[in-house]
Amino acid sequence: MAILVGRETRLITIGYTGKQGTFHSLQSRDYGTQFFGGVTPGKGGTTHEGFPVFNTTHEAVNKTGANAAMIFVPPKAAADAILECVDSNIALVVCITEGIPILDMVKVRKAMMGSKSRLIGPNCPGIITPGECKIGIMPGHIHMPGRVGVISRSGTLTYEAVYQLTQREIGQSTCVGIGGDPVAGTNFIDVLELFQKDPDTDAVIMIGEIGGQGEVDAARWIQKNMTKPVVSFIAGASAPKGKRMGHAGAIISGGDDTAEAKFKILEQCGVTISRSPAELGAKMQSVLNRR
Amino acid sequence: MNVHEYQAKELMRKFGIKVLRGKVAKSVGEAVEGAKSLGGNVWVVKAQIHAGGRGKAGGVKLAKSLDEVKSHSEAILGKTLVTHQTGPDGKKVQTLLIEEGCKIEHEYYLGIVLDRSKGKLTFIGSAEGGVEIEKVAAETPDKIIKVAVDAAAGYSPYIGRKLAFAMGMKGDVVKDALTFFEGLYNLYVNCDCTAAEINPLVVTATGDVLALDAKLNFDDNALFRHPEIEALRDMSEESKEELEAHEYDLSYISLDGNIGCLVNGAGLAMGTMDIIKLFGGSPANFLDVGGGATKETVEKAFTIILRDPKVKAILVNIFGGIMKCDIIAEGIVAAARSLGIKVPLVVRLEGTNVALGKKILGDSGLQIIAADDLSDAAKKVVEATKGRR
Repeated sequence: MAILVGRETRLITIGYTGKQGTFHSLQSRDYGTQFFGGVTPGKGGTTHEGFPVFNTTHEAVNKTGANAAMIFVPPKAAADAILECVDSNIALVVCITEGIPILDMVKVRKAMMGSKSRLIGPNCPGIITPGECKIGIMPGHIHMPGRVGVISRSGTLTYEAVYQLTQREIGQSTCVGIGGDPVAGTNFIDVLELFQKDPDTDAVIMIGEIGGQGEVDAARWIQKNMTKPVVSFIAGASAPKGKRMGHAGAIISGGDDTAEAKFKILEQCGVTISRSPAELGAKMQSVLNRR
Repeated sequence: MNVHEYQAKELMRKFGIKVLRGKVAKSVGEAVEGAKSLGGNVWVVKAQIHAGGRGKAGGVKLAKSLDEVKSHSEAILGKTLVTHQTGPDGKKVQTLLIEEGCKIEHEYYLGIVLDRSKGKLTFIGSAEGGVEIEKVAAETPDKIIKVAVDAAAGYSPYIGRKLAFAMGMKGDVVKDALTFFEGLYNLYVNCDCTAAEINPLVVTATGDVLALDAKLNFDDNALFRHPEIEALRDMSEESKEELEAHEYDLSYISLDGNIGCLVNGAGLAMGTMDIIKLFGGSPANFLDVGGGATKETVEKAFTIILRDPKVKAILVNIFGGIMKCDIIAEGIVAAARSLGIKVPLVVRLEGTNVALGKKILGDSGLQIIAADDLSDAAKKVVEATKGRR
């Protein structure tokens, strides 16, 4: 196991019987993740694709011993689903759902303080430890087991980075999509800290975006605490001010949240920056060769 | 979602926040009638557009007679205002707000925003109101007061006191300010705002605490529970293409360049725009087809991209995850057939079902410039635009 997920992860899906929930649960199972069924209120007691369905998350956890949940419920009900997972003491909650109201997440974040759960997402591709466990919607086959950690606010841009690594035969320890929303369960620093402590990770790729202070806070944290090399790209150098670029979090408000400002601070803090999203693999290779 | 000042003020009244009396006017006649019915001898004629900086652009004028109300309204109504927030094309004024005048004693700034790193709503106050708050924050950060609100406890009067005293308020004004702050917080959380800005909040000569201007933004993802706010949407203020794209679950933003972009995922879409710039090109748009695109939505995406006459080449960059490459390929073929794409089309496909996607494109007989990777794609599309300018 690298960080957060591995062979001992026991997964259930919230919103299991829906189209997306079903498809990605089975994809995760096929990848090798230990999967035990899921939750769809009202369909408890039935079997879906060979796995049990439960009415409540509590029941699912009690019957299956799950320690991880993947959430695929619609945005209106997603905050509720996260809270139910927290109330059921699930260690890792991965919320894929996009479009959750911001104030719902403000409440969820507060409720999670002091709880036994960690939330990844929402609005994220999920998390994968290649060769061991996949929770989320990322294409499993582009990954390769190895020793580079990946953290990102974006889904497809993460695939791009992973693909570049795999093509160079640089494997990944764990890839974490923290999501593109303004309020997320897990931030860059949380994951960097885990990678820094992880004996199976040698270096980290961090992919950020315009908007917010997360990358700047991370840069300062890296300078103080991180001994492993970090390579970083920030998307949105070409984005105009004040326009929301798809992700609810990706909007420049004026200040330190432009791509240029983030690149500059990252560089000052000793991070290797890549101004092109196509150079992440090459930059990581040269960083690893230097060691 | 944005609303007009007059709509924001109507909402604020419902939450017990004091604003000046005003009348909405769509014509010069209505403006004069409005001023008459308000009474008094001073009015302010205010352009209603979804952008700040109206005053500097000549969209806010003081009138000291009904004749001046008339002449100012004639000057502003129908005029296109260009401010630092409208973009170079500006925004046409179709509605006016006529407000009664008031004697201002002091101007303050008040805002509520989300502090993303803390995950908390935060009040921002300053005794320096009526000016650009970004400037105050940059030059004299000690004049900005921030007070975070606990998500579980919500607003509590100490928050208001902390703000009011730090902003230099005194006496009875503090009491009224507390009512104002609490009202704005209640509005924010009850209506799912993403930003609330009162600049300026004023104390009048008679000691009233009121909002002279008001800017409210609402969370698009929460509009499902606020039909009354959704109803305030002014379609004429929004880009037709962006609205149309939204209907098909496409996220589209028009830009100034000449390379049309069709990408899946917001991050990769931005990254694709960035790399086009690195190779010396310029993107014509941001377009994220999302994860649930069908053949039809891809076709629609091409329609929207090609409607922009600036587009001299198109780059399709897909990294299939949930999105399958064959679906994109079918969409490209369908679009090429129905729309007759005449500009060079560079396609880079990777990820889920890539082989099938490439086969569909190959079998179609379409003139497509295939790219091996992201750099190759960007290079090829920039080259394709050269000589076509």
